[in-house]
Amino acid sequence: MALFVLPLFLVVVALAVVALYNGLVLLRNQVRNAWQQIGVQLKRRHDLIPNLVEVVKDYMGYEQETLEKVIRARNQAIQATGVQGTAAAEGALTGALRSLFAVVEAYPQLKANENVSRLQEELTSTENRIAFARQFYNDMVMRYNTRLQVFPTNILASLFGFKEASYFETTAAEQEPVKVDLR
Amino acid sequence: MPRAACPKCGFNNPGGRNVCELCGTATRAEGADGATAAASVGRRDFYTEQTSNSRRSMVLLACFVLLVVAVAWVLGELGGLGPAGLLLGLAFGSIGAVSAYYSGDRMVLAASHATEVGADREPVLHNVVEELCLAAGLTKPRLYVIESEAPNAFATGRDPQHASVAVTRGLLRKMSREELQGVLAHEMSHVRNLDVRFATLVGVLVGTVALMCDWFWRSWRFRRGSRSTGSAGALFLILAVLLAALAPVASVLIQMAISRRRELLADATGVELTRNPHALASALRRIAADPQGLEVANRATQHLYIVNPLKASGMDSSALFSTHPPIEARIRILESMT
Repeated sequence: MALFVLPLFLVVVALAVVALYNGLVLLRNQVRNAWQQIGVQLKRRHDLIPNLVEVVKDYMGYEQETLEKVIRARNQAIQATGVQGTAAAEGALTGALRSLFAVVEAYPQLKANENVSRLQEELTSTENRIAFARQFYNDMVMRYNTRLQVFPTNILASLFGFKEASYFETTAAEQEPVKVDLR
Repeated sequence: MPRAACPKCGFNNPGGRNVCELCGTATRAEGADGATAAASVGRRDFYTEQTSNSRRSMVLLACFVLLVVAVAWVLGELGGLGPAGLLLGLAFGSIGAVSAYYSGDRMVLAASHATEVGADREPVLHNVVEELCLAAGLTKPRLYVIESEAPNAFATGRDPQHASVAVTRGLLRKMSREELQGVLAHEMSHVRNLDVRFATLVGVLVGTVALMCDWFWRSWRFRRGSRSTGSAGALFLILAVLLAALAPVASVLIQMAISRRRELLADATGVELTRNPHALASALRRIAADPQGLEVANRATQHLYIVNPLKASGMDSSALFSTHPPIEARIRILESMT
């Protein structure tokens, strides 16, 4: 009897290990894919900003500082690496863009400009896409990290060197209220 | 404690509740003051809302399957068909539903005079939907516009790969961007929750019950008086007659209850996507308050829309037969979400 039970037990354990391992790999790839999605949306934002600056700069003679801040934040965001670094740089860019749009609100000719309103819609949409892609990424990270922590997957995870993924957190710059400086 | 039907919306509340779980109306006199009502509705989050609504719709579906089996067994025994009656009923009940499953989206879109629009013509609509696809992890559906000033929207298509979302011109014109996002999040949630598939399945069951009862009545005319039965047989016969008379009505009632559950589920899933319950609540309020009627909607398509286009007011006496929960109830639930 025991002659059959032991091999059977080993087979069941082996199958369970395979299933758990494959599940982990699938989740890790989903996290990576979700991260790629954020990257796509961030690139979209980086590409839109030069167009926006080009359109508004003629109207905004007195607001050079705001514009330069946006350009600087964009260049820093492009160079940022890693989850933490990207999150910080992109957060700063979000803050700079928000103050730019607050300024645009104060210029009636600018608001009436069709190019500006089109770009504004594109950027609003991009901001939403970034937020939603981030939300999706964080949900995936939560599922993946939870899987890494619960028994019995945690044993397997440490055995095969699965590392916890980092959340894409909002930064202080994004949570700050918009400051508009009208001279 | 007995379950108590809400006097306002007809929702079957678990016993011991002073206020209706669905619409917040007092179910008994002593619970009528506003303070108790507000306190016991409480705050909820979209996640608990989703779990509870999807669980309840599964329970309703299980009840439905039981009803079908009961009808099949009782009428099959009497009609002499046995289990073959159920199979025949399912087969015939499925014919219409299966063709509707594959081509229903095109039929509905054509009947609603919806025309497909590209990103060049409706950039905001396309942007909002693409954003939500990122949030939901879905592929982008085809987008249609109905040239009507009544604000409304619906989603159709058998699975996320074949989904279509239609909005009216009035919706695009009258909603703010956030409200539009709330409405489209509700529609994308129908796509994500596979509600067309769910409704098709329920439709098959309704058709099956109707067919089996119909067959029973037909064979009943021939068999009346032809067979003498004992008192047990007579009792069984009475049971069968009652079942054949009531089952079609009961099946439609369950179908409507499921439809209302799926609407609440789509509201909650929509909030999971946007994390903004107030925008959807405000959109629902605006849609309900709009005086314009939707000309292209009819009894066959009313259940699809985010707000039933055929009902001027959210509430009337036929709450049990309505396809949507009362709009005030949906708004109240949304506003209580965190």
